[in-house]
Amino acid sequence: MGILKTFALGGIHPKENKLSANAAIETLAIPKQAFIPMGQNLGAPSKPVVKRGDKVKTGQLLAEAGGFISTPIHSPVSGTIFKIDNILNSSGYKQPGIIINVEGDEWEESIDRTEEINSNIDYSSQEIIDKVKKSGLVGMGGATFPTYVKLMPPPGNTAEYLIINGVECEPYLTSDHRLMLEKGKEIIIGTQLLMKALKVTKAIIGIENNKPDAINHMTELVKGKEGISIMPLKVQYPQGGEKQLIKAAVNREVPSGKLPIAVGCVVQNVGTAFAIYEAVQKNKPLFERVVTVTGKAVKKPSNFLVRIGTPIKELIDAAEGLPENTGKIINGGPMMGKAINSTEIPIVKGSSGILLMENEESHRETESPCIRCSKCTYVCPMGLEPFLLSKVSKLGKFDIAEEEMIMDCIECGSCQYTCPANIPLLDYLRLGKNKTGAIIRSRGKTG
Amino acid sequence: MDNIIFIAIAALGGVGFVAAVILFFIAKKFKVYEDPNIDTVEEALPAANCGGCGFPGCRAFAEATVKSAKETKGLEGLNCPVGGNDTMQELGSILGLEVEASDPLIAVIRCNGTPTNHPAKAKYEGATSCAFAHALHGGEGGCQYSCLGLGDCEVACDFDALFMNSETGLPEVNNKCTACNACVIACPRDIIELRKRGPKDRRIFVSCVNAEKGGPAKKNCQTACIGCAKCEKVCKFDAITITSFLAYINFENCTLCRKCVEVCPTSAIWEVNFKLRKPKAEKPASVVERKASPTATEGKPIPLTVTIAAEQQPKTETKEENKDNKE
Repeated sequence: MGILKTFALGGIHPKENKLSANAAIETLAIPKQAFIPMGQNLGAPSKPVVKRGDKVKTGQLLAEAGGFISTPIHSPVSGTIFKIDNILNSSGYKQPGIIINVEGDEWEESIDRTEEINSNIDYSSQEIIDKVKKSGLVGMGGATFPTYVKLMPPPGNTAEYLIINGVECEPYLTSDHRLMLEKGKEIIIGTQLLMKALKVTKAIIGIENNKPDAINHMTELVKGKEGISIMPLKVQYPQGGEKQLIKAAVNREVPSGKLPIAVGCVVQNVGTAFAIYEAVQKNKPLFERVVTVTGKAVKKPSNFLVRIGTPIKELIDAAEGLPENTGKIINGGPMMGKAINSTEIPIVKGSSGILLMENEESHRETESPCIRCSKCTYVCPMGLEPFLLSKVSKLGKFDIAEEEMIMDCIECGSCQYTCPANIPLLDYLRLGKNKTGAIIRSRGKTG
Repeated sequence: MDNIIFIAIAALGGVGFVAAVILFFIAKKFKVYEDPNIDTVEEALPAANCGGCGFPGCRAFAEATVKSAKETKGLEGLNCPVGGNDTMQELGSILGLEVEASDPLIAVIRCNGTPTNHPAKAKYEGATSCAFAHALHGGEGGCQYSCLGLGDCEVACDFDALFMNSETGLPEVNNKCTACNACVIACPRDIIELRKRGPKDRRIFVSCVNAEKGGPAKKNCQTACIGCAKCEKVCKFDAITITSFLAYINFENCTLCRKCVEVCPTSAIWEVNFKLRKPKAEKPASVVERKASPTATEGKPIPLTVTIAAEQQPKTETKEENKDNKE
């Protein structure tokens, strides 16, 4: 294999802890009540098109897109609309959402429920994009950017490479890994569909070297498929970041403030590729996804195929309960995920894992003064100075933060992970990024 | 030797003289006229440079005042909250204008989410900054409108007027408050409001900003405003309005009759600095007790020392005088 590729700047290698890597994907029972928040994508929240008391089938449209960067939402269950009210989202704030009382499981007739793998691609590029748009697909890696927007390069830009992200660099999470092992064929067809939609001839599936079984399996499957290649990558966090993956795979650097399409690349997650296969070939809108439930004290770390809107507590129950010494429940991976304060919070399109952290490992150490060791600068994959940025954000000097490119921060948390003084660098970086972003947007409005 | 010294003096003196002449003419040519009133006005201001007036510092406020006096013959919309009426009257006399007196304001905390009223269900660990915590989560006790208790307002206060109470986890305002608005801006949840100080520092306000429906609001906090509209009905002066399940008392119309305080089922309406009422026989004792406690907590900072009380005295007097003038 020679020397494995990776991105150039910074990066860390936290303990992988992929406890659920050997747990096959199980289908989780449908919940009694489904909670579907309206803001499930990056951009504008969706607008409900159903009303209280309506009967809905699985796969029926619940809400339409609320703007250009927005997606429709489809019913993950069949039953009656109980309420359209404010429900908790993952940050503990209440957001408009739809609550459905589940009755049976009746699917829309248009959805192909057979197991057969349909590998004939007889749609044009535009048809594929339309289908993707209609089925409410978003990036399944966690950023939840509407997929169809990525498939339509802005004028003046052409895509050259399609990069499929099978990196899964977050410790603990294994949903993409299992998906590649179990739904490899579908992912390849999804990749071919994406290539056709984007009119590109080259596709690279990037997989980190800690998943040799997935690399072998996928290499086997792409034999004879023109243009698709598998690229094993050196294990390095945050390789799953779009910009890092492009650098690793095709050695191109996305300029500051630009999208990957500026260097002729489009990155999609393997989960998205699978969802595209289902949306286009099986007419199945996005209403279920694979979620990892894991943690050192969890009795049965598992990967579940879950309907959107299932409360997190059902997943924890299915993994044989909440361990006694749980300190934090994290929605997402340990590096970028957010601790949640209620298990009533539902699974949304972007949830990739639930991590139950033990009491001892979950707590933060006491902060001590910065010793100027520059470790944070060394590990920053974007070449920023995290300590400087966190300091200016803390002091409210957002003009300096902007000059020092705070908006390039990908919030990967490498700086905080490596800091020997336990300074909450990422907290202040996020605050600064939030405020600076608001200032930049307000500037655009006034002048 | 003498020669060298003479030449040096003559040369330097000559250069100095020529430069002085040039500078004299340049200074005349590029002279910027500045109204001498600006300096006088600036001197009369408290020099706190707090920005409470809406201008970046006292100098900018002085410039705006002089400009407004010249152009509109009035000081419409200009007020120095720190100096209060005394300062504004002084500015009026400097600029030869009649200045209408305005009521002094004070910051009030519109949340009563103490650990007993609003028990924490989760624990926040992270940067000690309300702004960050607000962006991250809905609050430890579940109320997404509640005070986060991390003290951004305390940091923002330049006048030692606002301190976090470690027991209640809420900020407390004392009489040093100048209504400069800094804490109002610092609070990410818009809990702090500037309200009229009121006669003898008596105020009535709704100590809650929860805009949820009654049920969910009460579930998280036992003193939340549930939007029952009892206070709106009992108020004879149209001072109370209910928007999205939250009562708001307009301090311009409020006559401090305290009827709303009596009817509020969750004790969300606070009366501050009133004398304790005699417990009425027909009222259940628990209601009276609950009401007594918030008054006592808010009332704490006021009788701190004799000096503050002495300072306080003339202020209330001037206020009453002003009221007479108005009428």
